[in-house]
Amino acid sequence: MRVGVWGRFRRHPLAVFGFVTVAVLCLAALFSPFIAPHDPLLLDTSRRFVAPFARAGFVLGTDELGRDTLSRLLYGGRISLTVGLVAMVTTVVTGAVIGLLAGYLGGLIDTLLMRFVDTMLCFPQIFLLLVIAAFVPPSLISIALIIGLTSWMEVSRIVRAEILHLKEQDFVQAARALGASGGRIMFQELLPNIAAPLLVAATLRVASAVLAESYISYLGYGVQPPLASWGNMLTNAQGYFDTVPWLAILPGAMITLTVMGFNFLGDGLRDALDPRLRMDK
Amino acid sequence: MDAAPAVLEARNLRVGFRIPGGTMRAVDGVSFALRQGETLGLVGESGSGKTMTSLALLRLLESPPAELAAEAILFEGRDLLRLSEGAMADLRGARLSMIFQEPMTSLNPLMAIGRQIDEPLVTHLGLSARAARARTLDLLARVGIARPEQAVRAYPHQLSGGMRQRVMIAIALACRPAVLIADEPTTALDVTVQAQILALLRTLQEEMGTAILLITHDLAVIAETAHRVAVMYAGRIVETGPVAALFARPLHPYTEGLLRSIPRISRVREATLPEIPGVVPAPGQLPAGCAFAARCGFADDACHATRPVLTPSGEGREVACWKPRHG
Repeated sequence: MRVGVWGRFRRHPLAVFGFVTVAVLCLAALFSPFIAPHDPLLLDTSRRFVAPFARAGFVLGTDELGRDTLSRLLYGGRISLTVGLVAMVTTVVTGAVIGLLAGYLGGLIDTLLMRFVDTMLCFPQIFLLLVIAAFVPPSLISIALIIGLTSWMEVSRIVRAEILHLKEQDFVQAARALGASGGRIMFQELLPNIAAPLLVAATLRVASAVLAESYISYLGYGVQPPLASWGNMLTNAQGYFDTVPWLAILPGAMITLTVMGFNFLGDGLRDALDPRLRMDK
Repeated sequence: MDAAPAVLEARNLRVGFRIPGGTMRAVDGVSFALRQGETLGLVGESGSGKTMTSLALLRLLESPPAELAAEAILFEGRDLLRLSEGAMADLRGARLSMIFQEPMTSLNPLMAIGRQIDEPLVTHLGLSARAARARTLDLLARVGIARPEQAVRAYPHQLSGGMRQRVMIAIALACRPAVLIADEPTTALDVTVQAQILALLRTLQEEMGTAILLITHDLAVIAETAHRVAVMYAGRIVETGPVAALFARPLHPYTEGLLRSIPRISRVREATLPEIPGVVPAPGQLPAGCAFAARCGFADDACHATRPVLTPSGEGREVACWKPRHG
């Protein structure tokens, strides 16, 4: 029976869950100015610590400065997802180019690039993040780039492995025999053929970038107040955790939901795009 | 045929692989000349160095580990060994083309057929996208693909093996090369399709005057298609000559053995198929004398001691044997 990629994806309940979650979160972030009931930065000390569902107009309550939690979550999601996506693009582009060069050119270039990857992997990512963040003034773009440039190593290894396998294929040899240059082979013959694993890696990278953004923001190096991100909402909440736990639970839940959504989506794509199942295409 | 000038000539071609404790010689001093418009069959068992020879001619062997050496590889008067990698890439697919054994995997699975044929036309001949597409449609029709306008949009997985090999031929011949190297072009195809592809190659050769180096282990393919044949054994050419004469009166005991071991429908059922005893010696373990001596029924001490070289034996034939048959 002929079942396409989409058909296999649809039969994977967690993948569909991930896809729907990610879609809803992205739409909410995109349209947050229209959905959000209040200005996320508006202070009003007359209504501090309103509990969720306790007062009309403030569905998810307010924080220690009287700002509407729902509005802050929506705008925070915008920031967290933007950072996640920009970091993912940085990661995938850097990782793909380095993996492609190392895998295709081989020899000394491969050795040098891969030893550089090994060196980068020796340091825990959080350590690299904090060291660089301490020197670079925090802005949305700089945070995204820092996250992206400290997490491409895994992608470059995946790409290199795929290329090593792919470049021995007959059609690559045939392209060479027909006069294709190295650049053409890399970007026209090889790169499109690793789109599937790259797409899966990209999806999973968004999840870890969102997570990375939240913990550097939580540690105070990331997105700066009063701008809301899920990470710095958690930071603000920790002082009141024993009395008003929902302030921590809500952004925490959003991070969990996003990370889970992207991971399920990535896993689902991986299964749906599995080359061993693609024969019937 | 003798009057035609050689377009591709290999002189003393050697390919070795550096291995721990020495060099393994896959091709050991192969010389031949391919004349304009002719088909030269290069025949031999697996591991006899046929494919290595073809890849070496196009300089497609990765070095290291491969080491390529030759007195000269002359193509249209230029020595390929002296060309830069860039100049070599300009020749490949334009003047000197190649098709491979596996049509199933030799096309980029993610690119439509049309674009894959357009490409050499655009890069090598500098045609505009539109002119290239017109040529592509013409080429597809010429290699016998029905409804070229639809075929250009097809992806490789939508075509059968025979169709894909036709597309490969279209790509390889797109720029009207002087020489086409066909490495086992029909081995992966079934017999009826094989006959069609060979007939197609012959027709296109007559139209374009392309010289073909046809590499195969199948003597029937040679008999049907080639003008001359060179028999390879353990990295060397042991016999060469016009197809008809060589098939009628093989001089080298190895050629004779090969011809005898072709199954024939007329042969008595109970009779066992004659075979050549033993196996090809591994490269790197070649004896000092004739590489075939250990398997040869006529070998004597001289054969084991000294290696015979190719010597002319009349009628445009050459043989490397101390005790040629029918001699």
